Amino acid sequence: MKEQVKLRVSKIEKSFPGVKALDKIDFAVKKGSVHVLCGENGAGKSTLMKIINGIHQPDSGQIFIDEKPVKINNPIQARTLGISMIFQEMSYVPEMTVEENIFLGNLPVNKLGSVNWKEVRQRTNELLRAENLPYSPTTLLKDLTISDIQMLEIIKAISYNSEIIIMDEPTSAITLKEVEKLFVKIRELQARGVSIIYISHKLDEVFQIADEITVLRDGTVVESHPKEELDIETVITLMVGRKLTTTYPKEQVAIGEAMLQVENMNSPNVFHDINFHVRKGEILGFAGLMGAGRTEVMRSLYGLDARTSGVVQIKGQEVTIRNVRQSIDHGLVMLSEDRRRYGIIPMRSVKENTTLAYLKKVFYNFRNHKKVEKTIVSDMLAKMRVRTPTMDTPIASLSGGNQQKVVLAKWMIRNPDILILDEPTRGIDVGAKFEIYKLMTDLAREGKVVIIVSSELPELIGMCDRIYVMAKGTITGEINREDFSQELIMKYATGTLTSDGVN
Amino acid sequence: MSTGNNFWTTIKKKYSIYLILIALFIVCSLANPNFLSVNNLTNISRQLAVTTILALGATMLIISGMLDLSSGSVLALAGVFAVSAYKTTGSLFIAIIVGILTAVICNIINALMISTFKAPPFIATLAMLTVSRGVALLFTKGQNILQLGHFTVLGQGSIGVIPIPIIFLVVIAVFTWYLLNHTRFGRSLYAVGGNEEASIASGINVHKVKYTAFIINGIFVGLAGVLFMSRVNAGLPNGAINYEFTALTAAIIGGTSFSGGVGTVGGTLAGAFIVGFLDNIMNLTNVDSYMQQIVRGSIIALAVIYDIHTRNRRANSMLGRIADKGATKK
Repeated sequence: MKEQVKLRVSKIEKSFPGVKALDKIDFAVKKGSVHVLCGENGAGKSTLMKIINGIHQPDSGQIFIDEKPVKINNPIQARTLGISMIFQEMSYVPEMTVEENIFLGNLPVNKLGSVNWKEVRQRTNELLRAENLPYSPTTLLKDLTISDIQMLEIIKAISYNSEIIIMDEPTSAITLKEVEKLFVKIRELQARGVSIIYISHKLDEVFQIADEITVLRDGTVVESHPKEELDIETVITLMVGRKLTTTYPKEQVAIGEAMLQVENMNSPNVFHDINFHVRKGEILGFAGLMGAGRTEVMRSLYGLDARTSGVVQIKGQEVTIRNVRQSIDHGLVMLSEDRRRYGIIPMRSVKENTTLAYLKKVFYNFRNHKKVEKTIVSDMLAKMRVRTPTMDTPIASLSGGNQQKVVLAKWMIRNPDILILDEPTRGIDVGAKFEIYKLMTDLAREGKVVIIVSSELPELIGMCDRIYVMAKGTITGEINREDFSQELIMKYATGTLTSDGVN
Repeated sequence: MSTGNNFWTTIKKKYSIYLILIALFIVCSLANPNFLSVNNLTNISRQLAVTTILALGATMLIISGMLDLSSGSVLALAGVFAVSAYKTTGSLFIAIIVGILTAVICNIINALMISTFKAPPFIATLAMLTVSRGVALLFTKGQNILQLGHFTVLGQGSIGVIPIPIIFLVVIAVFTWYLLNHTRFGRSLYAVGGNEEASIASGINVHKVKYTAFIINGIFVGLAGVLFMSRVNAGLPNGAINYEFTALTAAIIGGTSFSGGVGTVGGTLAGAFIVGFLDNIMNLTNVDSYMQQIVRGSIIALAVIYDIHTRNRRANSMLGRIADKGATKK
């Protein structure tokens, strides 16, 4: 049974203007198996999936389902062939209800074309019950959390009776607990004979869930093996095409005097009683579950959101930070978790995005000093190893990892004392991740301060000197490097343990 | 694939608007011998100067993700105020100052509604359109102000062979170009229009950018008002109706994107002249005036479709490269 091939693509080629996205891809998914696709950003994973889902047409090559050649012109056709795709960026209508979203584009209608809402309600209830989800069919999507919506997307796929479900980074925005729930679901689907194609950057997860792993690099299949024949190190090497020495380039550096001290910071209904400090040369982590208030604390500290109280000291001096400009002037900068919303100006060039936070460096004496700007930008891009055709290329046409590096470059040219990184490695490839870790280490060595908010515990444990854990809007624990463990962090994060020594 | 191809696509993308303008100019010259006459060309340019100045202000606002529907009405208000200031004081200088101040105040109110109170630009400036026209009519009791005397020199006069309105236009165009390309304010305009939230998070004072943009727009509209009334030799409270749409048309045809963050002075100038030449040649060849409206509207539609089409193509080619980060906003 397991050996039966459900989906096969053969010699798929696809070019976009100026770039060959896929080059003679061969790839087969067995019935009832979980097939993981790994590869750096830009390796061609999503393009391949979009071809299978009918969004893109291949330039050449053939797709087979149950070994019969098929042509997939659009996602609707893909759906009738039993293929559905859950996107990394989820497609839903926030102002619509759960039931409307599930049946969007697939509403049961009578002969006159009017919708049979009774049937919709009934089938939604059945689905929700079958999947054990607690919300009602009439809940608005905007009132659900991202992970709820993710589950909904999966239900939607199930409601089409799909035989092949493609999941593109389904865990990038959900918590550990929800990942477990998702994996249980995947196992269930698998038992029903559904084939899953799973794209992820999180290799520990990949090895939990995969039956087979295919690694793509630069639009070609590097290797494809059953999971048992691979390990994490090998997969990373295959993905980047070179060997990365250590996963976390952590260095012990001398810790100096206090650089930043936050006392009694409050914002009603968002966070309360926030006290923490960080010293020169330290890499400080903020752990916690989604919704614990970590991002909100950082945004408020950075002057993006208001707060009702709180004293902030930088280098022993009390400072007033009411907006981002004041914050930047005090040498405190922040990389946001949502790059596309708070990080980049998509249609503007890499150059303009890089100098955006330091315009007076390139605009003075009543003109734009183009040469100065070019030098500053190209030096920083080289230092950050940004891969871009030219510095006049719109930033939106770079890969996620490279965009992230440009946003970091924007802050690095300001030479900040305190760098807050909110989920800096989310959705970017291993190579870029490693370079960001390297940058953190370099900054710490220079006596700067890095504060990193992350949901990936291995990353925090690997890179930080100290970790604060937050739960329900306040700091519940402070852990020093020698005491780091996932278990301890999770205990604080879930609120089952609160340390008294926090201040 | 080949670099030659890329070269031509770049040329096509960057300069197509100017090629269209040149082609149109040639076609117009061939279609009617009167088109090329000095008389006709100076006439066109005097008329065009006013709407093109409005279009340059509109371009700045659209780049920063805003919009001004009130420019035609505010122009009329500023114009009649300037005219009556001239009639009372006899000073051209005071008239110009009054015109500019009037338009600047209206635009500060626009900025207040949009930036401070977060009203959608479309609705806020629609309100200003109605109110300022009302004030102009109230102030003049609906009557045209006539016999302006020497006031007409601004709109009708020339320095050498060059009509004075054209000199104003050139100065304003160079000024706008300089602002957009050589100042922090210009760079910030593009950033705010491209992604306001990211601009705030990068430490850009978005309020200041928006207020400044409207104030400069106000200066342009005020000057345009003075030039307009001077050219027609009257203070017309009902003048310049729909000029805001001519200005928007020029900006759109010139490649300014309504999604913000994209637009150039050169493009808008070309757009304005394309619209102006078309209107002129249709008049010269006695095209029915109702027909003219249909032609204009169709051109706007085509320009927008072209803009979206090229944007989608760019997005699609991005998709290939980015692959992992779906770049389309659906």
